[in-house]
Parts: sequence; structure tokens; C-alpha cells
Amino acid sequence: MSTKNWPLWEIFVRSKNGLEHRHFGSLHAADAEMALENARDVYTRRNEGVSIWVVESKHITASNPENNGELFEPAQDKVYRHPTFYDLPDEVKHM
Amino acid sequence: MSEEQIKSLEKQFDERIARDEKIEPKDWMPEKYRQTHIRQMSQHAHSEIVGMLPEGNWITRAPSLRRKVALLAKVQDEAGHGLYLYSATETLGISRDELYEQLHTGKAKYSSIFNYPTLTWADMGAIGWLVDGAAIINQVPLCNTSYGPYARAMIRVCKEESFHQRQGYEIMIKLANGTPEQKEMAQDALNRWWWPSLMMLGPTDDKSVHTAQSMKWKLKRKTNDELRQQFIDQTVPQADLIGLTIPDPDLKWNEERQSYDFGEIDWDEFWQVVKGHGPMNKERMKARVGAWERGEWVRDAAMAHAEKKRQRKEKQAV
Repeated sequence: MSTKNWPLWEIFVRSKNGLEHRHFGSLHAADAEMALENARDVYTRRNEGVSIWVVESKHITASNPENNGELFEPAQDKVYRHPTFYDLPDEVKHM
Repeated sequence: MSEEQIKSLEKQFDERIARDEKIEPKDWMPEKYRQTHIRQMSQHAHSEIVGMLPEGNWITRAPSLRRKVALLAKVQDEAGHGLYLYSATETLGISRDELYEQLHTGKAKYSSIFNYPTLTWADMGAIGWLVDGAAIINQVPLCNTSYGPYARAMIRVCKEESFHQRQGYEIMIKLANGTPEQKEMAQDALNRWWWPSLMMLGPTDDKSVHTAQSMKWKLKRKTNDELRQQFIDQTVPQADLIGLTIPDPDLKWNEERQSYDFGEIDWDEFWQVVKGHGPMNKERMKARVGAWERGEWVRDAAMAHAEKKRQRKEKQAV
């Protein structure tokens, strides 16, 4: 019988309600159900989570750090998007 | 890429690390950085996995339920730590199968300490106290290493590891305060595990081939000799406290250095064990490879079952 390797899954865990799911790591499993069960044992042995997402790694599209310039630099010179850009009289304490 | 381009990329890379920036999987990195990390991280993962074997040996014979649940949890943590580290290593572009293959064929190493046998229950105490103690000293600086996935895995590992050492020391305390036979058992375990634990921190600095490069990449933040001294200085008072004797006649406090001087380590023994001639090397590999081979039908069945479920779902959708 030809051995087919278990695919890789990315694991996201919400540590408590009110917080977002955060990437915890990855693991191998035959399907999504098993990935959930394994994630429970591998990443939440000490009550680290109340909810788990699993996504097969091949479905994630990531940006390439080589393109970081064109992707992220345009935001750098837009200081007017920050509140500190605007001049206010000293008398205005809270705004 | 031309040699000049690579040189310039390498320079930028070194500067990033010097600024304490983290390197992430898709970033450009020198090939040597990648290979060195694959080697060290996989060696670390293999050590966690093989490290389950000497302790697994005692789970069914733990003297109480309290000891049994603790040992089970510790061994389960080691499986978890192995898995964190394997998946972090895979981000460098090597597959899990290749990693296992390297372990099973002896191409990759694991910590030499696991090639010693666990003869009595006191060995569970000595391993937790000394082996995990030495491991923690080695691992804490790695939480700050330059490769992001490794640093993140290590933070998780370090958080979980301190219970391992405490449960071991607690076993030693109980035995040391027990009957004369129990105390003797604790002393015997300390005698057998002390020197291998010192060796575990690696060859002396003048014999360590990777240190300089690894320090530059923050893959190492302290040299082997510094880590070893730290381990000794921290552990000797713990032995004194419970009335056990470190098996080193040359051990003595050096007022000037504010550190312990210690005796000669038998490095021939260390290299023998690393080269595969330790008391348990063959046994460990046999157990590991056997488990992998006997598990093959389970892995295949899981894939077949997943495929069947997928097809069933598809049919229902039609």
C-alpha cells in the first residue's frame, strides 16, 4: 500500500472569549476533524483555549517579503492618518 | 544571483540580526543559516521524542497515582514539544518525513543523555531534576533566538518545562528523606546521572565547532562552558539541601570566582555515546523505528478513512 503523508494544518486558538484567534503553530493530520482533535492535545494541554480553527496550510496565500516595499511603504508617508498630525490649541485637553 | 548580490544580502541579513530583528520563514536567509537551523532544531525535536522512552519505561510502575499522573503529563509534554519543534523546523522547507528519515537512519543526532538506562524509580527524580534542569538552562536563552518560529516554540516549551524539573526534585526530596534504602537509591541515581548531565551541555568551548557562528546568529547566547558552570552553581546547593552528595571529589567552592570548581569530565565517554556506543543507543533506535513501522497501517488507514468521508460528503451534496 502506498503511504500518503498526512497534510499539514495551521492551528489558530482563541484563548478566551473577547480575544481573537491567534496562530499557535501547525501539525499533521489526515483530515480537519483529526486536526482539531490533535490541536486540542498539542496546543491546549493547559487550558490555553476555548475555540480552535484549523486550516489546511496549502489554502493560505501569504505575501512575499520581497514585495514589502510596494505593499507597505505607501502607508509610511501618510502621517495625516494619525491624530497627532493635527494641531490643536493647548486648552483643548481631551479630543 | 551573482556572488556580489549574495554578499550584499548577507550583509543586510547580519545587520537585521544585530538589530535584534526576527527572521521569518519567507525572508531571504543564507543557506548556511537555513541548514544550521534545520540541524539544531531537528536535533532538539528528536531529543524530545527519544526522551520519552527512558521515562515511558516507568509509567506503569510509578509508586503512586500522584507520581503516575505527573509522569504521564511530563511525557505527554515531551511529545508536544517534539511536535512544536518539528513543525517549526518544517517552515525551513524540509518535510516531516525527511526529518524522521534522518533520525531513523542515524543521520541526525539527539541528545546523548537519552542513551543511558533508567534502572530505578529514583532515575525519574534524577532525570527531572538534572536532565530537565540542564535542558532549561540551555533553552531559556533560545526564547530570544533570531529565527521567529524557533523562538515562539521555545517560549511555549520553557513555560511548560519548569514543572518537569520540580516534579523530579520532589521525587528526590521524598526519597532522600525516606528509609536508608530509599536514600541510597536517590544517591545512586545522582551518581549515575550527574556526569552525563554535565556532558549534555556540550563539548568544552575550545572543542565546540559551531559556537562562534551560532553566537552571531543568536542561536546560542552563552557558550557551553558558561551554561555548564551555571548549571553546577545552581544544582550543588539543591543537592546539599536534601543531603545528597555530588559524585565529584574535586568539587569545591571558589571564593574568588564565586563559583564551584569541578573535576575533569570524561569526554571519551561522551564521544563514545555520541558515536552510537552508549549503553542504550541501539535499544532507543529500535524502539523508535519499530513504533514508526508498526504505526504505518494506522497512518494509512486514517488517510483512507478521511478519503472515504470526503467522498461520502460529496455524494450527499449531489
